[in-house]
Amino acid sequence: MGGLDLSFFNWDVLSKFILKGFIFSIQLTAVATIGGIIFGTVLALMRLSGKKILMYPATFYVNGMRSIPLVMVILWFFLLMPTLIGRPIGAELSAFITFIAFEAAYFSEIMRAGIQSIPRGQVHAGQAVGMTYAQNMKLVILPQAFRNMLPVLLTQTIILFQDTSLVYAIGAYDLLKGFSTAGKIYGRPEEAYLLAAVVYFILCFSLSYVVKKLQLKIAIIR
Amino acid sequence: MDWQVFLNDDGSGRTYLQWMMDAWGWTLAVAGCSWVVAMVVGSLMGVLRTLPNSPWLVRIANAWVELFRNIPLLVQIFLWYFVLPKIFPSMQQIPGFTLVVFALGFFTSSRIAEQVRAGIQALPKGQRYAGMAVGFTTMQTYRYVILPMAFRIIFPPLTSESMNLLKNSSVAFAVSISELTMFAMQAQEETSRGVEVYLAVTALYAVSAFAVNRIMAFVEKKMQIPGFIVATGTGGGH
Repeated sequence: MGGLDLSFFNWDVLSKFILKGFIFSIQLTAVATIGGIIFGTVLALMRLSGKKILMYPATFYVNGMRSIPLVMVILWFFLLMPTLIGRPIGAELSAFITFIAFEAAYFSEIMRAGIQSIPRGQVHAGQAVGMTYAQNMKLVILPQAFRNMLPVLLTQTIILFQDTSLVYAIGAYDLLKGFSTAGKIYGRPEEAYLLAAVVYFILCFSLSYVVKKLQLKIAIIR
Repeated sequence: MDWQVFLNDDGSGRTYLQWMMDAWGWTLAVAGCSWVVAMVVGSLMGVLRTLPNSPWLVRIANAWVELFRNIPLLVQIFLWYFVLPKIFPSMQQIPGFTLVVFALGFFTSSRIAEQVRAGIQALPKGQRYAGMAVGFTTMQTYRYVILPMAFRIIFPPLTSESMNLLKNSSVAFAVSISELTMFAMQAQEETSRGVEVYLAVTALYAVSAFAVNRIMAFVEKKMQIPGFIVATGTGGGH
């Protein structure tokens, strides 16, 4: 190993530089997952509604978002948000809005597949006992769809967590930025990137292990 | 809107339009070369993961997939660009373009390997036994029986992975490869015409992704065997 020195890394570095970024990355992942699932479910319901006035805008939105790179979406929102709102907003707030808007397109595709995986008989059963569309969705379809989709939703969340590192493009202070800042200050950028990779790997690997276990558990119950 | 900005000189004797076209070329070059790396390595790892009597090869290939799947692409690019040349000084001679191609290629190879494995395991066991029954070696069984069918099954997810790869090439901006996203950021700063620049770049990405989609659809159609029906898969990712 030619010239790697990890000795600069200690508690001080961790609490001063890394922790702040780690918390932001987790917050961004959580907010984007929850916001993305809510917005994505709305989009999925619009696309499945059968009404053209709802279907076309939602389809256009989802396919549009899915055909451009996330980095470009991040740059777009960072450019346009201040003009739309009328005042400058920070990179962090911009990142929250961007990730909800972007991930909603992906979550909506997962939700759509989940809703479509529910047999038609379930829908008819709900209608037969006199449920309205909203009741049917809330009490019959969505609970089952969420359950079917849970492993895929969680996998998407892991991908989302990895993608939060792309806020690098607008300079928001996330986990990766925490490491690169510490690396710059201590003059050890390579070691800092290596440590960042290790931390991301441990987090994502353990999460995907949990998802795999969960998947088996759910598969047995059904 | 002021589209004339694309005819302005960027300070080095070429117009912004020419610069953008060069950048598009770099994007396509990064994506194209990475695609070859990803397909070759991904197919190999995917096959290794399904080998019947080689537990160690299976383990190595599984480890490969986990390693490259659980680290963000941007961090992997930094690893290739900064960390590896520091550990292995001989790597300092390698141009940044090549490093990014390997970063993006290996990252995508883990996803391709996952698809290839799924495709092979989706086949009935009888196919493998049939190959053995006519006296094929393992290699021949894969070459003549399993892979021709598995690749046809996984064509839809391969198409979307190829489009993902094209979009992911945008991350190369982080190590100053002069591709489309890098152009967008620099031209936006220099011209203050962000909306026009971003619109043009976004359109080029969308056109490229659509072209990849059409090419893959064309190949899929050419490879189709009448009567062999494949199921379409769903998936997230990007």
